[in-house]
Amino acid sequence: MEQVVQQVIGGLATGAIYACIALAIVMIYQAIDHLNFAQGEMAMFSTYIAWQLMEWGMPYWGAFFLTIAISFVLGYAIERIVFKPVHNASVLSHVVIFIALFAIINSMAGFIWEFTIKPFPTPFGTKSVLGDGLLSAHGAGMIAVTGIMLALLYLFFRFTRVGLAMRAAAANPDSARLVGIRVGFMNAVGWGMAAAIGAVAGIMIAPVVFLEPNMMVTILLYGFAGAVVGGLTSPGGAVFGGFAVGVVENLASFVPHFGAEMKLSIALALIILVLTLKPNGLFGRRIVNRV
Amino acid sequence: MTTPLLSAKNLRAFYGPTQILFDLNFDMHEGGITTLLGANGAGKTTTLRALSGMVKTGGEIRFEGKVISNKDTADIVRLGVAHVPEGRGTFVRQTVEENLQLGGITQPAGQISADMERVFAYFPRLKERFRQQAGTLSGGEQQMLAIGRALMLRPKIMLLDEPSFGLAPLIVQEMFSILRALNEKEKVSMFLVEQNASLALELADHAYLLETGRVVMSGPAKELSQDESIRRAYLGY
Repeated sequence: MEQVVQQVIGGLATGAIYACIALAIVMIYQAIDHLNFAQGEMAMFSTYIAWQLMEWGMPYWGAFFLTIAISFVLGYAIERIVFKPVHNASVLSHVVIFIALFAIINSMAGFIWEFTIKPFPTPFGTKSVLGDGLLSAHGAGMIAVTGIMLALLYLFFRFTRVGLAMRAAAANPDSARLVGIRVGFMNAVGWGMAAAIGAVAGIMIAPVVFLEPNMMVTILLYGFAGAVVGGLTSPGGAVFGGFAVGVVENLASFVPHFGAEMKLSIALALIILVLTLKPNGLFGRRIVNRV
Repeated sequence: MTTPLLSAKNLRAFYGPTQILFDLNFDMHEGGITTLLGANGAGKTTTLRALSGMVKTGGEIRFEGKVISNKDTADIVRLGVAHVPEGRGTFVRQTVEENLQLGGITQPAGQISADMERVFAYFPRLKERFRQQAGTLSGGEQQMLAIGRALMLRPKIMLLDEPSFGLAPLIVQEMFSILRALNEKEKVSMFLVEQNASLALELADHAYLLETGRVVMSGPAKELSQDESIRRAYLGY
């Protein structure tokens, strides 16, 4: 039993990262109705920016916050420059652009910083704080940082006027325009915030998976899993889904014989199971299209 | 002759390649209530959507003398044009309070609570439902909320798309007397699109009749309500 509890807590640490990526995916999905395949690569690129700032001698937390700000601007710019002009294009055009962004960002990171694996520092240390190497100080720090960020986001969306306007623009763009909200601008801000959230996720997970251009690929898959499990229309659900996927992934190692190797398969099987039983995710809202 | 508050000159509108409106011309004066009558599919809703920049248009629309054709919807709204759309445009997942806050989202934060009290003076029911999710309100309450939301903008003109739609006759009577009060006390001009022609002609001072995207008749509301052909086709007596 104790082991189960420890595995659950260990799962929460990686789950926190999946939750961030899932939340970033949902925010962009709400804005443009499509899944951003490049979300992980954007986070990876942000992580490189943080690494570069620290290479140049900036202290960890200085680099951390500056990277978040830079990522926000880059995310905002991607929406304005790349997605605004194709706003009314078909789903397929969007998918192609996402894949292109994925490839461009990935090879650009490799071009600038090389494909060799780099260690990434942690401000929390790596000492074990729970069980036998199950939850490191860095793991606990990950949970704390993402927890604080998610709480701030909740407060922002729940209690500020800009947060309310962003929710309205996502939920009902036509009505939002009719109360004077500039929906396109709100979408771009949403992209910026998603990029910033991704940056936090990338910086937090980099000491665990090491810094290299493909570091976010599997994490993005888990993030998708979290977003789909929780429901693509529910930011809270996506966060829950991310944590749930992290915990399930960790518990999967209890399955005899193949558990440890099949973690990813088990997480993806979870998606299929949820989608079969609840097509809109656990907390998703059914979209009714009137004709 | 003063400048009209809102005017259209040769207004055309299109959905894709299909033309819906053909060279509409109309003027609305400050403080007035103008109604646009017509059967289903005549282009009434499209006219409102054209005025607030939600469809592609040709021709010219002016608000307070300035051209607003092909401006972004949000920018037109910020000039003081409150469009209460077909289907009421409720933010169904948000609470009544949040819906009203959204109505005033372009206004200074300091005036929101006073403006809400002003809305409650006309629609006390909304105060009772303050914390409720807007999607759970009845049709009549949602219509009140839609008008209340529009009022939060401190609009110069309200574009009302069938405020009587789907409501019980008693509620419709109540709604129209509130609209009259808003026009008289809050000095809100109105452009009213209605299927219920007798009600609309009673409230309005000027009327236009739309048939398949063209204005076929216009004049003071009193005159139109006396007109033989209108009485037969739209008033039913």
